[in-house]
Amino acid sequence: MIPPALYLALSAVIFTIGVIGVLLRRDAIVIFMCIEMMLSAVGITLIAASRYLHSMDGVIFVFLAMTVAAAEAAVGLAIFVLLHRIYKGVKVDEINLMKW
Amino acid sequence: MEGSLFQWIVFFAMAFLAIFCALMVVTRRNPIHSAVFLIVNFFAIAVIYLLLGSQFIAIAQVMVYAGAIMMLVVFTIMLISVEEARRVPMVRLSAGKVFGVILAVLLFVELLYGLMVKALPGKVGPFTPERLQAVGPVRTVGGLLMSKYLLAFELASVVLLIGIIGAVILAKKER
Amino acid sequence: MTDYVWLIPLFPALGFLINGLIGRWWRLNKTFVSWVACSALGLSFLFSILVFIGLLRLPPESRVAIPDKVLFDWIVSGGLKTVIGYKVDPLSIVMALVVTGVSFFIHVYSVGYMHEDSGFTRYFSYLNLFVFMMLNLVLANNFLLMFVGWEGVGLCSYLLIGFWFERDAPANAGKKAFVVNRIGDFGFLLGMFLIFSKLGTLTFDGVFSKAHLLDPVTVTLITLLLFTGATGKSAQLPLYVWLPDAMEGPTPVSSLIHAATMVTAGVYMVARCHVLYEMAPLSMAVVATVGALTAMYAASMALVQVDFKRILAYSTISQLGYMFLAVGVGAFSAGIFHLTTHAFFKGLLFLGAGSVMHALAGELDIRKMGALRKKMPVTFWTFLLATLAIAGVPGFSGFFSKDEILWNAFSSPQGHFLLWLIGFITAGMTAFYMFRLCFMAFCGDYRGDKEVWHHAHESPPVMTVPMVVLAVLSVIGGYVGVPAILGGANHFHHFLAPVFGVHEGGGHEAALRLLPLAWAGEAAGEGGHGSATLELFMMVLSVVMAFAGIYLAYAFYLKRPDLPKALAQGYPRAYRVLFNKYYVDEIYQFLFVDSCKRLGTILWRQFDEAVVDRTVNLVATVMRVLGGGLRLLQTGFVQDYALGIILGAVIVMLFLL
Repeated sequence: MIPPALYLALSAVIFTIGVIGVLLRRDAIVIFMCIEMMLSAVGITLIAASRYLHSMDGVIFVFLAMTVAAAEAAVGLAIFVLLHRIYKGVKVDEINLMKW
Repeated sequence: MEGSLFQWIVFFAMAFLAIFCALMVVTRRNPIHSAVFLIVNFFAIAVIYLLLGSQFIAIAQVMVYAGAIMMLVVFTIMLISVEEARRVPMVRLSAGKVFGVILAVLLFVELLYGLMVKALPGKVGPFTPERLQAVGPVRTVGGLLMSKYLLAFELASVVLLIGIIGAVILAKKER
Repeated sequence: MTDYVWLIPLFPALGFLINGLIGRWWRLNKTFVSWVACSALGLSFLFSILVFIGLLRLPPESRVAIPDKVLFDWIVSGGLKTVIGYKVDPLSIVMALVVTGVSFFIHVYSVGYMHEDSGFTRYFSYLNLFVFMMLNLVLANNFLLMFVGWEGVGLCSYLLIGFWFERDAPANAGKKAFVVNRIGDFGFLLGMFLIFSKLGTLTFDGVFSKAHLLDPVTVTLITLLLFTGATGKSAQLPLYVWLPDAMEGPTPVSSLIHAATMVTAGVYMVARCHVLYEMAPLSMAVVATVGALTAMYAASMALVQVDFKRILAYSTISQLGYMFLAVGVGAFSAGIFHLTTHAFFKGLLFLGAGSVMHALAGELDIRKMGALRKKMPVTFWTFLLATLAIAGVPGFSGFFSKDEILWNAFSSPQGHFLLWLIGFITAGMTAFYMFRLCFMAFCGDYRGDKEVWHHAHESPPVMTVPMVVLAVLSVIGGYVGVPAILGGANHFHHFLAPVFGVHEGGGHEAALRLLPLAWAGEAAGEGGHGSATLELFMMVLSVVMAFAGIYLAYAFYLKRPDLPKALAQGYPRAYRVLFNKYYVDEIYQFLFVDSCKRLGTILWRQFDEAVVDRTVNLVATVMRVLGGGLRLLQTGFVQDYALGIILGAVIVMLFLL
């Protein structure tokens, strides 16, 4: 059997790469994709833990998280489309209307 | 397929693929390139789910993430991507960004430390692989969804409904 | 019958609520208001009589043992349990009768006097409130409820003195009355605190039964503190200064509050606490001395005043001094007796003043009056009867009460020859200045404005009838207290004897000794016969003094009116000191008022503005700076917020590792 630590390490790596992507990139769509990547990486952790602890809770969790990710994708991308009407190429470091 | 060596090979292959694709997602200039790499990433992760014996989640991963979500993303890229000049910077560096990268690395170090030093916390549950094999993993998930996690299941459908309505309302054209 | 005692204060309270709350709102007409107010008082008086009759039906020993009528628990907190309860015993019923009776007649009088005033409804609601508070004071069965009444009458005094508050003088007079009263009340409060801390109870029954547990120093302190309250409320030295100024209020108010009832609260309080006072001979001496000195001091000022009501005000202070002299030498029932007769004749004197003011369109300077008996016969005759009473002419009520006081000042164990002497001389002064007032206002030639004389008229019956009633009482009211040596049975003294004679305490013997002295003629084997002659002799002396005073007044103001002026010019400095009331007001202003003002200004500038305000502003500035700094975190860029999230996650994980 493959030790669970390896799965968790893989998940950590992908999660961290996703975090760096969220913090560094300017294009909103790319940031969104990095967020989905982070969500997916967390799924690996949950399934691995669920497998090695002989539980089904993790599996259900991932299933429901996926549902939420889908809904979030729909709404989020709709928002991007709306923003595009104003900003023509949504770059997050140009949008600061909620500034102090 | 049982067989320890096979599993190790598949695991490392998929792991490296996933990591490589993740890096590519973050570093490509063209968003369509990022999207494609992300799809491959999802596939790799789906295979890893298979390795872990969650066939149901593997299929769900492909269908929902790689299928539905990425399709949405690609369409959105089509709608809002601008033909930009080559010189538009991908990353605009600032003090905050550097600090952010440092924090991310710190996070990674913490995560590694956590998983190396500490054992896997949590109670050991009743669903051993033999039992799962006997009933069938999909069946088990289905049974649980309909009994113990029924409320969550229903709420998830409500969330999806809200997502649909929200998306439609948001993207309507102004009259 | 005695169970109805709680109804006595109830009716004026209802009258106050009805007139006060809905009188102006529904614009009730004057007839309704006056009926409500007067009938409230009438019912109260009726019930006082009923309770009195109920009391008479009981044998004398059990009259002081009636259980208090407790309405409900008021304060139950820790060790303090205070109730709203009323005590029925001879002393409280006598006070209640006096208060309700005199108040009733003054209410009726006020209907006529205040008829033209726009504040008619307000006046009657305040007046009813006052009677309610006063009844609480005299009927209370514990110190705290008595204090509520005490303060309440102070409040009503303020409200009624400053009734015409649009003018400066009444408003200031009201404030002065309340503030000076407050100083005395502070002493009263301290006395109450001391009682409670030492004895753990505030009910009269409880305190007086446990009083023998106290050590002499504590008792002296308590009684002195309570007495300072009495000096404030009853206008003795040094806190009398508010009473002359209180004449700014409507005259019926002066009559009721500052002659008959409120100012007697101090005397009642000392009488009620006689158990404590008898245990502290020092305090008794202080009370008697202050009383005597005040009597003479006030009388001296009344000799030269020219304002009608001011003379009566100083007279009140002087007569209150007599009452305190009485209770100070242990003659408690004599003090209460004088309180009762004083209520009759002084109340009447003030009503007469009001009648004169009514006729002369507000004139108060007696130098501009004269020969008024021709225009206002009823007023003149009632005023004359009252003046005869206050002067101590035999046959009138004042004679019996004042004489009993003077005799007790001389002969009681706590009495002293000097006290008697001061009282004796003051009696002469009283006769003099009262008849001076009477002669200058009603007899001789008119010295005022011809127009005013033309319009002068007798007061309407609604005002003269109460005056006549009070005049009758001033004459016959004394006959309940005819002393034994003149053949009377001194019913008044007998009635109050159970209250003052049968309590435990250090003064037991002294109190008992009072009885034989008063019944000088009947006591066997107590040296009765000798004291009887002495008492008769002193009585004759007082009568001679009274007539001397009257004759002197007659000589100065009727036979040879130029004499007073010559005397004034002969001793100009003395005259000026007396006329300016010994400059006491100016002294107090300089000593107390100005220094308080300066202290207040210093505290305001140096402390309130510089310290407190600056601190508060500093807090606000700190908040502003902090906010100004923190808001810079909101850059508006989502990536910065994402950075914040990651930072939080890192920190949280640090704790989990």
